[in-house]
Amino acid sequence: MSRLAGRVALVTGGLRGIGLSCVERLLDEGASVMIGDLADAEDVDLSAYGENVDYVRLDVADEDAWTNAVASIEARFGRLDILVSNAGIGTPCALREETLENWRKTIAVNLDGTFLGTKHCADLLAKSGRDWKGGASIVNISSMMGLIALPKGGPYNASKGGVRLFTKVAALEFAEDKMPIRVNSVHPGFVATELFAAFPDELKAFMTSSTPLGRVAQTEEIAAVVAFLASDDASFVTGSELVVDGGYTAK
Amino acid sequence: MGGVLEGTVALVTGAGGGIGSATVKAMMDAGAEVIATDLQAPAGGTLSLAHDVTDQAQWQQVADTIRDRWGRLDVLVNNAGTVKIASIEQTTIEDWRRMMAVNAEAILLGHQAMLPLLREAGKNREGGASIVNISSVSGLVGNAFAAAYGASKAAVRLFSKAAALEFAALGYNIRVNSVHPGGVETDMSELICQTFVDMGMAPDMAAARADSARLQPIGRTGKPSEIANAVVFLSSTAASFITGSEMAVDGGWTAG
Repeated sequence: MSRLAGRVALVTGGLRGIGLSCVERLLDEGASVMIGDLADAEDVDLSAYGENVDYVRLDVADEDAWTNAVASIEARFGRLDILVSNAGIGTPCALREETLENWRKTIAVNLDGTFLGTKHCADLLAKSGRDWKGGASIVNISSMMGLIALPKGGPYNASKGGVRLFTKVAALEFAEDKMPIRVNSVHPGFVATELFAAFPDELKAFMTSSTPLGRVAQTEEIAAVVAFLASDDASFVTGSELVVDGGYTAK
Repeated sequence: MGGVLEGTVALVTGAGGGIGSATVKAMMDAGAEVIATDLQAPAGGTLSLAHDVTDQAQWQQVADTIRDRWGRLDVLVNNAGTVKIASIEQTTIEDWRRMMAVNAEAILLGHQAMLPLLREAGKNREGGASIVNISSVSGLVGNAFAAAYGASKAAVRLFSKAAALEFAALGYNIRVNSVHPGGVETDMSELICQTFVDMGMAPDMAAARADSARLQPIGRTGKPSEIANAVVFLSSTAASFITGSEMAVDGGWTAG
């Protein structure tokens, strides 16, 4: 399948979990991919992924890091068609015990990071997007916790809700400004990431049993949705939220 | 997009209309065998049948035909729909009942008639069997002069979620989702524009079409193929964890 041939994507938080699956899926569909993540470049080995992938160290909460990342993408690939804002953090904590420091850190990565990515990539995306019927595409990874609350969701819930509506604002603004960039959010339910694997059995059992499909998602199932939104198949889809939660929020 | 529905048997109702015929084409391009139905047997499809979706007996006939030839159904697209734009004061109870019958009741009849065939498919199909119910942005937000239509399409939205939960609880391996198109270049949209002209809400068809395009922040109406691509996606294994979801394909209409 080469639905994304000729396109260049940036995937933040691309070294693990959903991000890594997005990288693999986008490569499979013919795109070139720049991975942004926190590891130092010399510690990253991408030899298994061929020629069409590269890495830039990118702390999404750091504005200077974004300037550097966009320059690196332009230098290496000369264009940017797809931005997957996937980097995210979150640890369950009762709000009376939550620290302001952790609140700010969570909001900084999940929400500031999404804003900064959109702001700094917009010009290059708009320029590259003119080459495609469906334009360039920003896919912001929110969460079903951007739609519904869970106790101890605290800053994670707040940040992901923020990502949901920030996405719609960006979609409307780019449409109004005739910039060919679609912007949508994806809302995964519980996913079998490395973080999930480390959870206590009791929590894993809750996540599985509370999902109507009776299982958690594989990371590849989220990546497949991201690839759809990135492609021209989604050419009339902007400002939308795509819920990929095995039915959790339908109830 | 070649092959994502290879080996898939799909039923598309309302296949004579804009979105329906585009869906048949997109599914066949993706490798599916498609049963295309409409009030009059439509052009296209692997098999084309005359089918009034408000008639329970006809649903059973369609199911029997599919069972005889394929023994299962992987994908059901409930696309048949009807609209009559009118003020609430001018909406007759017959108008209301007609929209409820075609847009909402037929969804129940379709799920009931096809369930055994979909369950059969769900036993083996990666990502499960898939039902895609075509609702509308009018099932998400209010639209003046479309109260009855909106009520019928909102019914589709929540019926889909209930069905998704129910089939999951029963272990059927059938996903159910709704698609919510914005304005799309179809005969139905032309009819809506004509009604607005007739009601004096737009001076002519060109103005009515421009008004319709402006409802989408991206400044244009959608093409039927753009809705069809979303239906293909939800029908494919790429959507294996998506059930009970609503997908707005509306050029940003409901974002703002």
